[in-house]
Amino acid sequence: MALLTMVKALNLALAEAMRADPNVLVLGQDVGQDEGVFRVTEGLLQEFGPNRCIDTPLAEAAILGAGIGLGFTGFRPVCELQFDGFSFQAFHQTENHVRRFRSRTRGRYTCPLVIRMPYGGGIRAIEHHSEAPEATYAHLAGLKVVIPSGPRNARALLRAAIYDPDPVIFFEPKAVYRSFREEVPDEPETLPIGKGVVARPGRDVTLITYGAMLRVTLEAAEELKDGHGIDAEVLDLLSVAPLDGELINASVRRTGRAVVVHEAPRHCGVGAEIVARIVEDSLVYLEAPVKRVTGYDAIIPYFQNELTYLPDPARVVRATLETVRF
Amino acid sequence: MPREPLPISTRLETLSVLTADGQLDRALEPAVPHADLRRLYKTMLAARRLDERCLMLQRQGRMGTYGPSKGQEAASLGVAYALERDDWFVPTFRELAGLLWRGWPMHTWMLYWGGHEAGNAVPPGLNDLPICVPIASQCQYGMGIAWGCKLRGGGRVCVAFCGDGGTSEGDFHEALNFAGVYNLPLVMVVQNNHWAISIPRSCQTRAATIAQKAVAYGIDGLQVDGNDLLAVIAATREAVDKARTGGGPTLIEAVTYRLSMHTTADDPKKYRTDAEVREWEPRDPLPRFRAYLQKKKLLDAKIEQVIEEEITAELEAAVRQYEQQTVDATEFLRHVFAEPTPELRAQLAELEAHLAARRPARPPAPVS
Ligand SMILES: Cc1ncc(C[n+]2csc(CCOP(=O)(O)OP(=O)(O)O)c2C)c(N)n1
Ligand SMILES: [Mg+2]
Repeated sequence: MALLTMVKALNLALAEAMRADPNVLVLGQDVGQDEGVFRVTEGLLQEFGPNRCIDTPLAEAAILGAGIGLGFTGFRPVCELQFDGFSFQAFHQTENHVRRFRSRTRGRYTCPLVIRMPYGGGIRAIEHHSEAPEATYAHLAGLKVVIPSGPRNARALLRAAIYDPDPVIFFEPKAVYRSFREEVPDEPETLPIGKGVVARPGRDVTLITYGAMLRVTLEAAEELKDGHGIDAEVLDLLSVAPLDGELINASVRRTGRAVVVHEAPRHCGVGAEIVARIVEDSLVYLEAPVKRVTGYDAIIPYFQNELTYLPDPARVVRATLETVRF
Repeated sequence: MPREPLPISTRLETLSVLTADGQLDRALEPAVPHADLRRLYKTMLAARRLDERCLMLQRQGRMGTYGPSKGQEAASLGVAYALERDDWFVPTFRELAGLLWRGWPMHTWMLYWGGHEAGNAVPPGLNDLPICVPIASQCQYGMGIAWGCKLRGGGRVCVAFCGDGGTSEGDFHEALNFAGVYNLPLVMVVQNNHWAISIPRSCQTRAATIAQKAVAYGIDGLQVDGNDLLAVIAATREAVDKARTGGGPTLIEAVTYRLSMHTTADDPKKYRTDAEVREWEPRDPLPRFRAYLQKKKLLDAKIEQVIEEEITAELEAAVRQYEQQTVDATEFLRHVFAEPTPELRAQLAELEAHLAARRPARPPAPVS
């Protein structure tokens, strides 16, 4: 057991995979000598050399294009995009190729690459460094979209993503990178992609979230318990595509109430899909309308006002009370 | 004759006017009025002082992550000087000196890096764009502006900036290609500061120079000593004059050096040697231009003291103005569309209610 931050845990997952399989490569801007702008690739250049931990020129589309082609020749590339805000420079590669090759060639060519990127807000960064674009990717058939919430699940999910036969968009919540440490076992662990977990069991209402919002939601759950005697169950989805509808519906059927929390904008956000799944499968179990606590449908403000935009425990508590008192 | 040289002009030049030790090539010296030379020096120094102050504010937790322009002042300043006021200026994020010359207030620069949208407030009367962070993306709208200038007539030109790292992005190449195809009045200035965070210029492109990339687009390319203000002025004037009179785009590679870190979030010791930095320090554009002015008897200790004092006063005022900036918490919801949608109105009401509920019942005691 080691007490690790998410950055260190991700680094461990990369090193483990690279040690186990010489076909695993890491490529991206500043991943070598600089060890990644968040230091996720620390030590990899030193241990695996410049042919496996590859500093590229500044071109996101080329990083993914290379990843696709390297994949065709038998490698398992882990592509790092420096920030989610710059994943759009490579969006045509993701949309036109990464997600389609399996289908187009009926499995002759596949894209087993992982596209890692720092994700979300909350670190007082300048613009284009704080968005939460998961819904944009979750909407594209053929992509899996994973968002860990802590060091231990980050390490297990990154391992799963690397060994997954299909492309995985791996969003790493910046706000969680160094915000806390967690015990991470010595032996490699895997978590299944597409499955969420119950982060906090409860009876009265289901709070559904992922990524950096897990901590916010757990905090709200404590406040609901202490201040209002409400016992909230908190689900940590871990993947937003595929979505663990089974977990969501099983919980909602027990509690009869649900609130979805994410930092991305509301309109066509992952919350909309979650609510649709609940309405489709569990409508008759509902005691109240399902609430969403999300970012607003606006450009996220610059960092002086960023916290106004990001959901906080107070907003989660208020929405939950409305649901419970409906 | 199955093999013969292609009829392609690949004449490429590199231009410098002032050597590192202040020797002047008189034949190349651009005509600049003495009063302007002093103002240029003051602007360069002001940019340096503002840069230093921003670093300090960042260290004190009074500003966000900051990307210094130190060492690159001449490159953007010389370009800005060679433009008319109503030409278009499209920066990326290391054009501090050029923006100051154009008339951007110091505090606006601070506001940008301090996390306020007010940092994008384009001063009235200027055709300038705000800072652009997604690397090389600004090359594209710069190209579009140049196109608009051409279609509108009137001889306006557009200058767009990017870094050496930016030349690896598709946007840079696509923009230059369009500019060539439509023969647009675009001056694309690449500040080659030798680094893109930790990636050295030599790993960014196999090409020996960035200027030569112009050849592939059938446009003119010119390399210039970007730490030599006079050379930058001369090179830009040439490119701008040509663009204004229908001669088409130019790619200018301004060779400079990032004397400081990439941003305050970066530790350059991880990837570059102090020896390399020391090698570039004597080529710092600021003392170089100062030495030129001293030789011309345009600067003496007294004038310099006055300039320093003026800058200090302006800087103090700017810091005060920056720190007095208030945050309007709901403003961001008012600028999504010209006309807010019903959903946005509802979200605004929701946010206002949330903020009102959070506000303490009694106003907090004033902090002395
Ligand atoms: C499209 C995009 N990718 C990555 C980044 C992150 N980033 C910010 S600055 C930078 C390096 C830019 O290098 P260069 O173009 O040489 O400009 P310099 O920083 O040296 O002025 C990178 C990779 C970004 N801002 N935009
Ligand atoms: Mg550079």
